Formats: sequence, structure tokens, C-alpha cells
Amino acid sequence: MEGSSDLPPTDPESDQPGETAGNTARSGSGGVRLEGVTKKFGDFAAVHDMDLDIADGEFFTMLGPSGCGKTTTLRMIAGFEQPTTGKVLIDGSDVAGLPAYKRPTNTVFQSYALFPHMTLEENVGFGLKRQKVPKAEIKKRVAGELERVGLSREAKRKPNQLSGGQQQRVALARALVNLPKVLLLDEPLGALDLKLRKGLQVQLKEIQRDVGITFVYVTHDQEEALTMSDRIAVMNEGMIEQCADPETVYDRPSTTFVAGFIGVSNLMPAVAKGPGEIEIADGPTVPTADAAQFSSGEKCFAVVRPEKLTVSLPENAPGDQPGIDGIVESSLYLGTSTQMAIKVADDVNMTVLVPNASEDARQHLPGGGAKVRLNWLPEHMHLVAESDPGGSDADQTSTDQVTEGVNS
Amino acid sequence: MTSVRQRLVPYWLLAPGLIWLIVFFVIPMYYMGELSLKTGSIDTGYQLTWAFSNYTDAISQYSTQFFRAFYYAGVATLLCLLIGYPLAYAIAFKAGRWKNLMLFAVVAPFFTTYLIRTIAWKTILDDSSPVVSFLKTIHLVPQDGRVLATSAAVIAGLTYNFLPFMVLPLFAALERVDIRLLEAGKDLYASATQTFLRITLPITMPGIVAGVLLTFIPASGDYVNATFLGGTNQAMIGNVIQSKYLVVRDYSEAAALSFTLMAIILVALIVYIKFAGTEALMGDEEEAE
Repeated sequence: MEGSSDLPPTDPESDQPGETAGNTARSGSGGVRLEGVTKKFGDFAAVHDMDLDIADGEFFTMLGPSGCGKTTTLRMIAGFEQPTTGKVLIDGSDVAGLPAYKRPTNTVFQSYALFPHMTLEENVGFGLKRQKVPKAEIKKRVAGELERVGLSREAKRKPNQLSGGQQQRVALARALVNLPKVLLLDEPLGALDLKLRKGLQVQLKEIQRDVGITFVYVTHDQEEALTMSDRIAVMNEGMIEQCADPETVYDRPSTTFVAGFIGVSNLMPAVAKGPGEIEIADGPTVPTADAAQFSSGEKCFAVVRPEKLTVSLPENAPGDQPGIDGIVESSLYLGTSTQMAIKVADDVNMTVLVPNASEDARQHLPGGGAKVRLNWLPEHMHLVAESDPGGSDADQTSTDQVTEGVNS
Repeated sequence: MTSVRQRLVPYWLLAPGLIWLIVFFVIPMYYMGELSLKTGSIDTGYQLTWAFSNYTDAISQYSTQFFRAFYYAGVATLLCLLIGYPLAYAIAFKAGRWKNLMLFAVVAPFFTTYLIRTIAWKTILDDSSPVVSFLKTIHLVPQDGRVLATSAAVIAGLTYNFLPFMVLPLFAALERVDIRLLEAGKDLYASATQTFLRITLPITMPGIVAGVLLTFIPASGDYVNATFLGGTNQAMIGNVIQSKYLVVRDYSEAAALSFTLMAIILVALIVYIKFAGTEALMGDEEEAE
């Protein structure tokens, strides 16, 4: 099987997502509300007193490391798990006690969970058949949905004759064909390689816009979350750390955990010095508009995203910007940019991404061991409080994420 | 040089099994086949006369026993399936930490010989046994009736003896069922019953096919259960072959009967596989690209 068949055909004649499958019947999508939901397995609280409001038609992502409770939350919405306490509302009505097969939701499973003994057609038509939809309509809708995901020609095949990406699209079609009020996606792209994932991210987002169904998406991949979501809930240890749109979560993380999990952490410990100023530990006192939330003398962390930092030799540094001195620890060529690790204090390393705009400029970057100054614009620095649980874990995770991103 | 040796490796690995099969299966089969076409007696010796009448006699004289053997084996296989599927399902999905113990309990009877176990059933079903008197009390058995030496006793014995052969392949098939497929079924509006009928049952079909074959084939050739638990009216074809060989010593006729039994089972098997699908027998979901 040729590799290119994993991606939906770009040939305009064969498939145009959005125009082929009828959107006529797609309406009455609904939001999801969680009120004080707690889920305990024995003594362990997988989800702790969670409140969540997902709007109608929203692409909502639950993001967090494994074991943060995101999948459990999804399973409670789907009806595979019942909350220990609290309420789940779908489209305004309490679904307590309703089994999965009576809920207006459909799920795209991480492992696809396609029925191996059925053809694609039969897989996609399974839900409609159970709902006693007339045969002719089933045929029409199944054909439309397979066309949407670009698998019309494979309709008579069995799932094991398809590649991972194709199986994933069948799983999507099998769920979407039922016109659920809410579509639940449990790391649907987790098992696919990076290139394929990127293509499907775009396609998923397009389909979501097209059908207007509420998507609740679970992932541990922060880049995926940032790319696709209208809003992201960053979860940690059964609780939501921050729930906001991607820009806010990235630029203005509310806790060290969020700062660490989304992107590269780049945290500098600091102490608030009255309104408008903080003193960075082992460093200078710098101005910020963000200090108002902290009382004078309170500990906090200063975050500056790697691409917002500039690095220069001390003598060439712009004097009008806040900055901190450091030593170049390492420099890594990433193709489009160079990633530099700069040590500004003991145990405090800052990552800087320098775009490789010109080969000449790249050749003149300070090498390992060089004394340099990091500068940033005051509005690019943001202050966060330390997360209560697992703050150090968060840093660890972020380091892993960076490495992952570099390798792939 | 190495490549030649490497190419020979599979044959060397194959050799012990192949030799075993030739010496203990192919050659005896050939002699049996030849014997079935001979005439004569143990005293006068046997001559190859291409006596196909051995076969026509076998079928015409013993069609009752042939029919009875397949009838008993068929009912026993069905009972094994009806008892074995829920049992295997419970062990695979509901047993939790008792799973291994329950599996052991299924296999445990094998620690006693087949004969002893069947004779034990003879005691259980004996006219004076507590089990039979209980059955009489609840009027399942008439006061002057008996259980031993009835078709029911033989079928009960066959069901008991071959149940593990049904349970083990069913368990193996059920244990491999991906729980997420059942969740997907529920997610797609299938009730528990529908999920079972549309997903669990078709996916475990290879196990059912294997279990049915492993139960039906040996059961239809069995003579031990009919010997101990049945009377003269419960004789199966196995009993006929056994007595022809060991009592009457009509070797040609015994060989012809054996070959006829084998042929019937083979034809039934081919029809069954065609009906159930080779896919089900081979379990094709494993062979993804």
C-alpha cells in the first residue's frame, strides 16, 4: 500500500470534504456541562470536583500528561464510567445513569476499535442500523461519510486491510455518521506518525467546522491542542489547572504546571517587589505589568517563551530592554531555528529559539561557554504562581516534550 | 555454503515430526486400507480380493449405530456449547483473580483417566444412587425407570467427558476479544444483547468452530461411554468397531468400518467448514498486512 494513500486525496475531482457529505441533517448539537464531578477508583480520585462548561459547537480539548484524568472525564461523558459524585449534563439534560448506548454522544477510540469481522461499510453503518434507520438512508449516509473521509473505494474492505491513518478515518466516519450531539475523541491521532498526524489535524478541524458538532478532544500533545482547539483545559492530577483559548494558555499560563506543559517551561524564580517590578533570583530587578496579582515579597515565577527571547553578547545588548546575563550551555541546530540553552543561575536554564533567517547570522551565534545577555520586551514576560501539586514534575515533562519535538 | 545449510534448516526441523507421522500414521493407514479390502479370517489368513463388499456391508448392517453415534455426538456437542460458552465467558470476563483457578478446575478432570471418570459416572447414575433417587423424587425419572443404560446417560457421559475440549478453545477466543470493541458497540447504540450477538459472538466464531470440531469428532468415534453407561440399544459405531476388532476378530470388516467413519466425518467436516467459513477456522483477523 502506498504511503500517500494515508492522507485524504487532495485531487479536487475525487474528494472535497465539506461539499460531498450532506450537512443538511446536522443540527441540534449541544454543549456539555460537568458540575462538581468526582470519580474515584477505590481511594484514588482520578477526577476531583471538576466543573466544566463546553459550549455548543466548540472544539474543546482536554490536555494533560497520562494519568491526569482527561480520559476518565471523557469516559464519564460517553457513559462508560459513572461519576462518583456530581452531575454530567449533555445538551442541558442530566444523563446520570444513562448507559453509553442511550447517550447522544459517539466516541472515536484511541485504538480505533473497528469491528474486525465487518467491512468498512458495515462498521460505519453499525450505529445507524442499531437505531433502526431505514436501509436506503443508511446506505446513503454511509456512502456520504466514507466519501467525506476519502475512503469510498475501500468500502468493501475489512479494517485489517487498511493502514493506521485509514483506520483512524473509518473510526471518525463511524462516529460522525450518527450525527451525535457531542463527538468524543480519545487521543485519536496518538498511534500515527508525525506527518500523518499533521495532515489529519487539519482535516479534523475542517470537518468539525463543517459539521458544527461539539468536539471534546483528549490529547497529551500540546502542539496538537494548540493547533486545533477553540479552548483548552490543561489538566493535572484530576484537576483543571487552566481553561482558556490556545493563545492565552500559551502566552499567559496561569500556573507553573501549565507553563511547563505547554511549550518549553523557561521559568525564572522571582520575588514580587511592589507593583510593576519583580526581582529575579540571582538576577536583576525588572519591570512588569503583571505583578499586581502578587503582594510585595511574594514568590512567583517569570515566564518568557523561547521565541520571545533575544540573545546577544553583553556589549551589543539593547540597553532599553529588561535582560539577564547567562552562559551558553549548548546550541542545537533544528533546521528552521537554533535552540540554545542558556544558564542564568544555578538550576535555571533558559531555552532560546533563534530563527535561522540567514546563514551568516547563524554562524555568528555565541558558542558554548560564551557570556551572553538575554533580553525581552516587558510585555512578553508573564508571572505565574507555583502549582500546588507536582510543580517539579511539570518541568520534567516540559523537557521531555522539547526533546520529542526536536527528534520528530 | 551457509545458504545451502540455511535452506535445509526447515527440513531438519520438520524431519522428526514427519518421520513420526509416516511411521505411526501413514504406514498404518495404508495397512488398514489394504486390510479393509481383504477377505479371510484370522485362522486362514487374509487375501487381497478388493472386497468392496466389506464397505457396503458395513454401511447396510450398521447404519443404526452410525446414525446413533452422530446423533449422540451431535447432542453432546450442542450441550457442551450451551454449557461451555457461558462458562468460558464467565472465566474470561468475570472471574477476575479466580480466572486461573477456574481454568484449572476445567482441566482438573484430566488428572484422572478417562475410564475411571466414566466408571464414576456409572456409580453416579446407578439405580440405587442418591442422584437417581432424587431425580425420582422430583418425578424427572419414573419410579420404576432407570437412568443407566439409556441414551440420556450416554449423552450425559459424552457431554461431561468432552466439555473441556469445548471450553478451552472458547476461552482462548473470548479472552482475545478486545474490551474496547464491546465499548464501541455500546457507544454505537447497541444494547448488551445486541453487542453480544453482533460483536462478541462473530468474533469468537473461530473458537466455536474449533470447540465443535474437538468435541464432535472424538465423541462420534467414542465407545467407552456407551459401554459403561449405555445398554445394548445404545451401542455406537465405536462399540461395533471395537467388538469386530477385539471380540469377533473380523479385522477386514473392522477396518472397513473405521474407514467409513473417517470418510463420513471428513465429508461432514468439509461441509461444516464451508458453512462456517475457513476464515472462522483460521482466524484471519490476525493476518493483517
